Amino acid sequence: MKLSAVRTLFLGIFLVMSFASVAQDEDSMIEETLLEEKTEDKKFDPKEMIMHHVKDAYGFHIIDIGENKYSIPLPVILWTDNGLTTFLSSEFHHDYDGKVVVEKNGGKFVNYHEKVYQLDAGAETLQLGEDGYPVNAAKPLDISVTKNVFMMWVSVLVLFLIFIGAARKYKKSENFIPKGIASFVEPLVLFIRDDIAIPMIGEKKYKRFMPYLLTIFFFIWLNNIFGLIPIVNGANLSGNIAFTMTLAVFTFIITTFSGNKSYWKHIFWMPGVPVPMKIFLMPIEIVGMFTKPISLMIRLFANITAGHIIILALMSLVFIFQTVAIAPVSVAFSLFIILIEIVVTAIQAYIFTILSALYFGMATEEHEHH
Amino acid sequence: MDLVTPGFGLVFWTAITFLILLFILKKFAWKPILGAVSSREESIKDALAAAEAARREMENLQADNERILQEARAEREAMLKEARDMKNKMIADAKEDAKLTADKMIAQAQEAIQSEKKAAIAELKGQVASLSLEIAEKVVKQELSNKGQQEKLVEDMLGKATLN
Repeated sequence: MKLSAVRTLFLGIFLVMSFASVAQDEDSMIEETLLEEKTEDKKFDPKEMIMHHVKDAYGFHIIDIGENKYSIPLPVILWTDNGLTTFLSSEFHHDYDGKVVVEKNGGKFVNYHEKVYQLDAGAETLQLGEDGYPVNAAKPLDISVTKNVFMMWVSVLVLFLIFIGAARKYKKSENFIPKGIASFVEPLVLFIRDDIAIPMIGEKKYKRFMPYLLTIFFFIWLNNIFGLIPIVNGANLSGNIAFTMTLAVFTFIITTFSGNKSYWKHIFWMPGVPVPMKIFLMPIEIVGMFTKPISLMIRLFANITAGHIIILALMSLVFIFQTVAIAPVSVAFSLFIILIEIVVTAIQAYIFTILSALYFGMATEEHEHH
Repeated sequence: MDLVTPGFGLVFWTAITFLILLFILKKFAWKPILGAVSSREESIKDALAAAEAARREMENLQADNERILQEARAEREAMLKEARDMKNKMIADAKEDAKLTADKMIAQAQEAIQSEKKAAIAELKGQVASLSLEIAEKVVKQELSNKGQQEKLVEDMLGKATLN
């Protein structure tokens, strides 16, 4: 089962790549020559390159071979004044400088730094202000399936394959003996249960939170790992603050809704301290309610993004010094950082999960003596 | 600044995807896996308890065996002792009996001897008396056949029979 899952994954990647080459547009050549001219006289800017790679993108850029850029087009979904507007990201022809104007559904759209802007009525090209932000365009409500969303769905498929496959193994086997992928999954599941859920939440109440803890652990871990795969160009999902914020908000919601009487009492009227202290502690505790999920959000985002930035910065050395001689240094250092990052993928998933479990434990704790 | 501004699109898709993922994995993965693991743990616990119970029973049986063996040994010991006692007693009794019987027999024999002796003496006395009488008769007859001799006899007799 483990092998066949891996095979399916590779098959999927190859299918996606062949699709990408089909999607390459013929008429994009003109645009690309224009871009080439522009980039040639432009000096290499590591900051821009790094930010471009760390941030989300509309298309799934795979590789450049010579002048041809290969990427998987993904749907751009916008909610404009004229209603739902959708088109494929390939219509931007790999442009993210706001040069290519796409006309759809009565609106003109440009991709400026991987954000879709709708040009104001009457405007033909994008005008930039002093601060580098567009002045004659506005951002529509954007629910595009971006690179990160796409990778998230791939990770979901992989999670389904692994865990539903593992669950099937148990059904088939006698005496619930784990076999195949189940024997790989079981220690991890037991680790979440015995080393995270039970110590943090307690024997009595941990069961309720197990599905959530298991899901965030494997979801974060797998997406951390996906972010390190070079061929998918670091779809930096778990290093995206929107992703970490959403998960942190889920933890916050669950903590708040499972909070018992003593949890709220400890926030609003701390027992066991004098009254002035109670009043003093109340705002601190209320702020604490929010800083906990915010710390979760920032920790995961910052750790994963920082790792990516370091690797990309080391790789940029080759282009900054404009010599191949620096390449061994870059490769050696980034290899070292990647090895650390592999450990960090698991550690950050673990930390997010254990802290979520800790907050659930605090919310459901029974204080017997005070 | 873009980097730390959460984009709405990704929040939207993450929320939806995560909820679907959570729901489906909960139903089709976590529940069966955790269920299987906990039922296996339960069965292991049961098996261990059963093994423990069996071991304890075994111990009890062994203790019982030991006790029975001990009892049997004690019983044998007791029986042997009893037998030995009985033997001794029987021997002693037999000896006593034999002695009594022997004593009795000896006493009887002695009595019989005594009475036989008495009878023999009595008979002897009778025979001696009759013999003496016969002798006396014969002597008297002979003596008294002539006159001189009768006188001589009386004389002798008288001479011998000193009166004292």
